[in-house]
Amino acid sequence: MPAQTLLLDWLKTRIPTEGLAWLEEKAALMATGAPDKTIFASFSACVRHAGKAHLALSADDLQAARAAVPDWDPSDWTCDQAARVFLLLSMPSGPHSALVMDQMWQTADVGEAITLQKALAVLPYPEGHMARAREAIRSNIKAVFEAIATRNPYPSLHFDTVGWNQMVVKTFFVDVPLARVVGVDRRANPPLSRMLDDLAHERWAASRPFPPDLWRCVGPCADAKALADLKKVLATGSPVERRAAALALKSCPDPQAAAILSSDPTLEKAVRSGSLTWENLHDAP
Amino acid sequence: MTPPKLRYIDPHVHMVSRTTDDYAAMAAAGVVAVIEPAFWVGQPRTEVGTFKDYFASLVGFERFRASQFGIKHYCTIGLNSKEANNEALAEEVIELLPRFAGKEGVVAIGEIGYDEMTKAEEKFFRVQLELAKEMDLPVMIHTPHRNKKVGTSRSMDVCMEHGIPPARVVIDHNNEETCKEVLDRGFWCAFTIYPKTKMGNMRMVDLARKYGSERIIVDSSADWGMSDPLAVPKTANLMLENGIPAAAVDAMCYRNALLAYGQSGQISESDWLDPAQIDPKREFEGNSLLRGGGPDTGRPETAGPDVRLIE
Repeated sequence: MPAQTLLLDWLKTRIPTEGLAWLEEKAALMATGAPDKTIFASFSACVRHAGKAHLALSADDLQAARAAVPDWDPSDWTCDQAARVFLLLSMPSGPHSALVMDQMWQTADVGEAITLQKALAVLPYPEGHMARAREAIRSNIKAVFEAIATRNPYPSLHFDTVGWNQMVVKTFFVDVPLARVVGVDRRANPPLSRMLDDLAHERWAASRPFPPDLWRCVGPCADAKALADLKKVLATGSPVERRAAALALKSCPDPQAAAILSSDPTLEKAVRSGSLTWENLHDAP
Repeated sequence: MTPPKLRYIDPHVHMVSRTTDDYAAMAAAGVVAVIEPAFWVGQPRTEVGTFKDYFASLVGFERFRASQFGIKHYCTIGLNSKEANNEALAEEVIELLPRFAGKEGVVAIGEIGYDEMTKAEEKFFRVQLELAKEMDLPVMIHTPHRNKKVGTSRSMDVCMEHGIPPARVVIDHNNEETCKEVLDRGFWCAFTIYPKTKMGNMRMVDLARKYGSERIIVDSSADWGMSDPLAVPKTANLMLENGIPAAAVDAMCYRNALLAYGQSGQISESDWLDPAQIDPKREFEGNSLLRGGGPDTGRPETAGPDVRLIE
């Protein structure tokens, strides 16, 4: 089922009938080329007609979302967000709809800005939204950054390496869990590995902590300096840091990494058997 | 310091001109919500784009900044009277207003009214009163510094002419000379506690003694000038010390603003009393990285035992 149909289905059981009728009427207008003024006003008014309740989707709903769009995760979406994205999807997509969204973005309140970014998970014509997505990575409003950087497949599919790396590194500056970023392992690259290893050194120098998930993006492309750091963490880190180092070493194709990992047979066994993963890094005993 | 007994709203404060220290001090003093009217930023603007970005910051970044301190931020949208005198630019700004007036947390059209009482000011004042009707929003009126008494009366006349009920209009920057007429005519009567140029807070205590608390609102209008973002809590404390009943102080420094601007449907006590509303993401984001229980103040932790330390 396409994303637009899913959104409408979810809203049908969650917002009042009048709100739904209003939404379908506006969507029909937007499908047939409503004036920009109507589009802007309708987009803003969604919150008044749909409310801000959490959609609270079931496991089946989330499965349907992934079937519609790989890696789409609307688990934190609210009714107003679903309604707004439903409206955006009803516009014929292309340069004009992208321009309309650029204008919406320029005058957006916080809720609208968040929604415009979440929408990128499901909007067609991805090339039309790149500048806006990159701008959200520069935002100082954490919720806007999170809307594009987490639970959203757009960056991993469309960002170039520079954009991707800036986004991943920024998660460590704004306390956004890396585990919520889509496509982390697939987009590993040597410059990112070096940037994050440098960041680890900065934090050590400042006596400031950082999430050990950082090593997840260092491991696959670790150079000699990073391997030395991973060796040190494996030997002297806290339990969770040592687990992270073991996982990072396992992901590194360099034979030296395997040699370092073998210095801790217990962790080596845990990562090789698959009992320890990045997903359960923080839960493991 | 003992925790504040009362909650406060500062219903007129220009936070874009203030620092994070001000936000922290306001939160500590008990301010739970602020209303930031669109206003003159000191330097005259010459392009409509600077208005667009300014309005966007009122519904965007400034709201985020306030939220870092656990303060709810609302705003009013409008073209101020001073800049209405650049007519060509004013026309363009008026075109822009409907794009912002329907945003979340916009509680009124304002601050509008008179500065010099020119023809251009009159024209755009009236246009914006019509916009308020169209958008079903209350109105915040800035009364002029010069020729204040006449300007205040005329502002109310014009509102009446446009069929806007006094109960939907806040007349701001009142003083001893204007307040009686404003109250008698049924408008909300706001006082700006602003050193030197507007009201002092001991005068406010006297006014509260004389007129009571009904439809009276206290604000700071703190901005880029020498002003005080703690004017509302300081005035409330001075009132309490001088025997004004707590219920009256609560009305003037909290509840009346809520009643007046609550008519927009865009501000409600549950916004800050219901913990789920303070940060809706808390409900469903899991607990993996949420910090402690309180709002993230975003402040460097310099308040430790050794205040010389900056970590």
